Amino acid sequence: MSAAPQRAKAGAEKIEVIVSAVLPLNDLVTRFEFKRKDGNRFPTFSAGAHTVVHMRDGDRQRLNPYSLMSDPADTETYAISVRRDDEGRGGSLFMHNNVKVGDAMEITYPVNLFSLDLRAKKHVFLAGGIGITPFMAMIAQLERSSDSWELHYSVRTEALGTYVDQLVSKYPNKVRIYYDDQSQSINLENLLDGQPLGTNVYVCGPKGMIDWVHKTAAAAGWPDANVHSEEFTAPQPGKEFQVRLCRSEKTITVGENESLLEAMEREGVDAPFLCRGGACGQCETNVVSSDGEFIHRDHWLEPDEHGNKIMPCVSRFIGKSLEIDR
Amino acid sequence: MTIQFNKETFRDDYSFKNSDWAIQRFPFPFHEDSYMYSVNMEQHRGGPAGSVYEKRFDVDEHYISEMEDRAMVLADDPLRCQSLPHMTLAGWDLLELIMVSKSEDYPDLFELHREGDIWRWINKPMGIDDTFTFLDETTLPYGPMEYITRQTQGDFCVLDQRDDNLWMDAGMVTTQADWSLDFDIGMNFFEWHAPVPLAHEKGIFKRALKFLLNIQQGAPARRLNWTMTVNPLLDTSPENYHKWGIQKTTLTPENIGAKQHLRVELQSFFRLPRSNALVFPIRCYLIAFQDIVKSPKWGRRLHRVIRDLPEELATYKGFIDNRPMMLDFLSKYDDGLPTSPGVFPDNETEPALQK
Repeated sequence: MSAAPQRAKAGAEKIEVIVSAVLPLNDLVTRFEFKRKDGNRFPTFSAGAHTVVHMRDGDRQRLNPYSLMSDPADTETYAISVRRDDEGRGGSLFMHNNVKVGDAMEITYPVNLFSLDLRAKKHVFLAGGIGITPFMAMIAQLERSSDSWELHYSVRTEALGTYVDQLVSKYPNKVRIYYDDQSQSINLENLLDGQPLGTNVYVCGPKGMIDWVHKTAAAAGWPDANVHSEEFTAPQPGKEFQVRLCRSEKTITVGENESLLEAMEREGVDAPFLCRGGACGQCETNVVSSDGEFIHRDHWLEPDEHGNKIMPCVSRFIGKSLEIDR
Repeated sequence: MTIQFNKETFRDDYSFKNSDWAIQRFPFPFHEDSYMYSVNMEQHRGGPAGSVYEKRFDVDEHYISEMEDRAMVLADDPLRCQSLPHMTLAGWDLLELIMVSKSEDYPDLFELHREGDIWRWINKPMGIDDTFTFLDETTLPYGPMEYITRQTQGDFCVLDQRDDNLWMDAGMVTTQADWSLDFDIGMNFFEWHAPVPLAHEKGIFKRALKFLLNIQQGAPARRLNWTMTVNPLLDTSPENYHKWGIQKTTLTPENIGAKQHLRVELQSFFRLPRSNALVFPIRCYLIAFQDIVKSPKWGRRLHRVIRDLPEELATYKGFIDNRPMMLDFLSKYDDGLPTSPGVFPDNETEPALQK
């Protein structure tokens, strides 16, 4: 069909926004709030959704995904909370150091890769550190629909307990906090044992925590479909490598501190993407030929695809030559 | 804009007819002289002015009579509309999407006034003026999905998204091409497509599912599908096959031009904001063979497509027995001249029939 052929653009639709608030929450985490530049309302979103924030850092365009953590029913304001990563590639540092109230930015429409299972009779949330953000929106949504939930939230110290005070005072009987520095930890076996039939578990936190929850739940006989997780992988720096883009007829060099996807964008190649964190599958690219070793960091490809596909948003390559279909 | 709504029926005396306007804008589904399955998706962001692709939910001259036919189907068989308990939020999402779209796209026909959660909905063609509380089911005469789809042309499948799959967990289905919501309710994408021949082997459904799972808010998509229907029947359901199946045997060389209809579905896909569900509207358009061949390009092309269609597809689409008679009729409108690319009739530029 070709009623009105339009080439799809890479990424989700964008919204121009103005930064309406910058609120440091503790030593590491700052909350940023956005209003629409055109004065209209934001689209409603489903809890668990993220947005990709476009940052103009000099000549460099940075795109980082962050969970939307405001109340999904609030279409006046979107909010994200950003943890400063001093070792990372600079996106969170840019947000902390450069972004001020009144700045114009671009963010994408909400994309949800971590949605609530609305069939669930009860939702159990397990958060580690900054992994609290999607649950802030989920809690707001479930409170509105009067659904059953509880939160188990592990933080390093009282001082770094982002949103702990707010959560504990609002929902004293549904929230439990665990402090690492007081050697408190979630007793997961106990927690999973005896949950009512139809309970769903959601985990967001460091990779080790996510793996632990999946493993423990599986060992306790929980069906995979009732255990949900979201893990965005930030692209890791790595050695520079060259890649041939056979469809664009270009050979480009991927720098130490950029991802293959970013290098393609820098060269003006319109490559598809959504989450930029190895989770959504949108940037999946066929490998035409390769002589070397892949460093796959995504959560998308199956092991048997590791020789002939690559996810340019997070994965890298070391070796003599790489040619991809892009 | 003034649409003259037809007074017509899709049953008994079959008084359904397309005006010249409706014939011109008919969504002819073949962009070339042959047909095979493909993941023929494109963005649903408008189209040429006046075409069925222009608005998010097309309203045409058949609106009132289609809604009357839907009400009759539902009165006989309430199971044509079902919504599993976890899909109510998606129903509200759909109600909002349709009310906002129609009031913006057809301001002279539909109005939506919102004061917080108190909404007033005015549907002038159907004479409806209701005030209700958004997200409060007790303030509507039906559930939100049923309420709004009793006022919107086309079938609606509301698909829950979970476990990397789509689930047929709610729908309003009264104008379907021989499939049953009551049978498919709760099935996943591969299960409800299981009867389709050839496409599984071609990997079509795997690719289509991947595409659909990735449809995002603010970026709807669409595609066309088609089949054949004898008499302008909207309700060609398995539940009523005993009523309409037999009518396929009533074709004669004399009546085929009027009785045989090409049935085209304009399928669109929207991500729903609160529920993260996907809504899949399936809008059915019917056109008699004698009206298709008024456009020389369409007459030539339809003959070639039907002639060359693989036997499995003609069987699956239910017209294998009538194909010879169809070809006898259509061949009179194919002079062998080449056709222009694309789906539009191009009546100004295509040569008249040369025989």
